[in-house]
Amino acid sequence: MNVFKIIKNGILDENPTFRIVLGMCPTLAVTSSAGNAIGMGLAATFVLVMSNVIISLIKNVIPSKIRIPAYIVVIATFVTIVQFVMAGFVPELYKTLGIFIPLIVVNCIIMGRAEAFACKNNVGASFFDGIGMGIGFTLALILIGGVREILGANKFFGFLVFPEAYKPMLFFVLAPGGFFTMGVLLGIFNAMSLKKKKEG
Amino acid sequence: MEISKLLMIAVSAIFVNNFVFSRFLGICPYLGVSKKWDSAMGMGIAVIFVMTLASFITWIIQKYLLDRFGISDILQTITFILTIAALVQLVEMFLKKSAPELYKALGIYLPLITTNCAILGATLLNIKNDYNLIESVFFGFSGGVGFTIALLMMASIRERLEYAKVPPAFRGTAIGLILASLMALAFGGFSGLIGE
Repeated sequence: MNVFKIIKNGILDENPTFRIVLGMCPTLAVTSSAGNAIGMGLAATFVLVMSNVIISLIKNVIPSKIRIPAYIVVIATFVTIVQFVMAGFVPELYKTLGIFIPLIVVNCIIMGRAEAFACKNNVGASFFDGIGMGIGFTLALILIGGVREILGANKFFGFLVFPEAYKPMLFFVLAPGGFFTMGVLLGIFNAMSLKKKKEG
Repeated sequence: MEISKLLMIAVSAIFVNNFVFSRFLGICPYLGVSKKWDSAMGMGIAVIFVMTLASFITWIIQKYLLDRFGISDILQTITFILTIAALVQLVEMFLKKSAPELYKALGIYLPLITTNCAILGATLLNIKNDYNLIESVFFGFSGGVGFTIALLMMASIRERLEYAKVPPAFRGTAIGLILASLMALAFGGFSGLIGE
């Protein structure tokens, strides 16, 4: 088992946001600022790691016909835990993220990893796969959130970036800006991998 | 029970707060099955159907089960997603027996709906907004209609996009997102149509 390789796979080669393009709803909805992006990323990482571990532990007990509902129950349990922790410790963030916390249940990344990785590998590998995928997802969210926050609000993690004379483009923190930023970033990533392919 | 309130819910869910363009719900199927008009139509109808039914059933569960026993905080997420999964399964079995034509037309889109976050989102929003039963069902239905409109718009543009010269890096999802951005900008014009 190559821990480093599994983690790198999640961050770069199979980055859930820019490579597999899964879990778009939270990606677009919560990235109006880098701070929200981190909150969402960490919450999803926790659920991803825990559900990966549990599912790989019980994979031999679950009959394959009802595995999807079984996965959903495991995932929903951890989402509920996250809901309680966030409501208790970071109520502000919990309010901002709103219904997107319970919606982690239907985040395709988590379901996808359960089906594609955790049900075929042992506990250790599943744990590190969860960590790698979670970090990849969080970094992608921070990138999108950072771009949108800097261009749309002239701030980064709440700190002023350019002098006050710079008028931020409100477009980027609104809904259309989310789609636009994500589209352009995806295009840039595609262009980079196309170039790599040509050289290699 | 005023008609005007229902109408406001409908206009809000379809235009002002469209599920795709302003609430960011259901983006995965929106980008995934918008390549052809026919499949977009199938998906849209399936979503309207399940969303309306799910709004109805989860509202009853919330009021008569979760609220009554005071376990809404702990069990809401799990109960709702399991209800939706079971509902989709039931609808599938029912359609297979009684309307094989429709079942065939919907195809694989029906089981996919379980993981469509627009459905779970709609049921959660119903509870959050304190809608009564009729308003909930209406919200679910018009939310589905709004989703379908967005999906069909995207599908018809994408069919034409086949003949356009898109830079290779932007083919597929990337150009789809930029199109969505332009459409969301247009839908932004509806905001202010009604006050929140």
